[in-house]
Amino acid sequence: MVRERSGVVLLFVVFAVLLGLLALTVEAARHDLGQWNWFVAVLIAAVKALLIALYFMHVRQSTPLTKMVVVAGVVWLAIMFTLSLADYWTRGWMS
Amino acid sequence: MNADVDVKPVPQAPLSLAHQFDDLVQQREADDLGMWLFLCTEIMFFGGLFLAYTIYRSRDEAAFAAASHELDLFWGTVNTAVLLTSSLTIALAHHAAESSRRSQLVALLAATLVLGSVFLGIKGLEYHHKYVHGLMPLLGLPFEWQGPSRGHAELFFDLYFLMTGIHALHMLIGLGILLVLLIQASRGRLLGDFSAPVRVTGLYWHFVDIVWVFLFPLLYLIGAR
Repeated sequence: MVRERSGVVLLFVVFAVLLGLLALTVEAARHDLGQWNWFVAVLIAAVKALLIALYFMHVRQSTPLTKMVVVAGVVWLAIMFTLSLADYWTRGWMS
Repeated sequence: MNADVDVKPVPQAPLSLAHQFDDLVQQREADDLGMWLFLCTEIMFFGGLFLAYTIYRSRDEAAFAAASHELDLFWGTVNTAVLLTSSLTIALAHHAAESSRRSQLVALLAATLVLGSVFLGIKGLEYHHKYVHGLMPLLGLPFEWQGPSRGHAELFFDLYFLMTGIHALHMLIGLGILLVLLIQASRGRLLGDFSAPVRVTGLYWHFVDIVWVFLFPLLYLIGAR
């Protein structure tokens, strides 16, 4: 029973942190951080996504096989971005 | 013929256990794994759109920032909060289903359904606002852009409507599934060992939330200054 209640409390704590991060990212966007604006926005989004995946989607309690599939999904995404952007962002070097 | 001879009591498997699984734990692990495999295809699906966004934005960041400035930051922020709250309610719904609390489950599923509908309602108002102001360059509609870099600004709005539109479509599908779950839950189903549909729908709903978590800063915040 105690464990069950702590599970619900944890969901509310994660929710509060997510709302805090939302406020933080909106506030950060109002300041001129140069190139860092984009980085900070994506970093905060990544932290929010990680919290949602670990606690709301209970990846933290999943089997190693499920965790591996989740990580593989992100890795394939990273491969697609890396190879595509390596192409587009270096085309200027040729001319 | 004596029927009593060979009849031994067969251990009764729980009704919630499909015959191909050893036990409920294994069945639940398979549910999660299958859903995550589907979500991996969704990661790549939305990933392609995010990649297109990244490439076009890197070609003219100023135009994207100027176009992003036209989006309503207030309603975008409200919608993000609404969607995060709906993630909380469906996580709690899953909890209520597993601990067999029927009235809680019904209430939380209904709350998620309402919050998802509110999100789509606000999105609809935003779309209408863009349409009225000639910032909906779809299907031959006019694009009345006053600022510089017209081409890249139009690309931003194309990507805005494509990405949020497909996201909204995912929300609509989610709402349809939630409605079915709500009807089942109100009939006393989906409780205890039968809560897998709530669990798996939750995974889908949270994923759609994560997509929005990335859409929000990239579409609304890059022009906030």
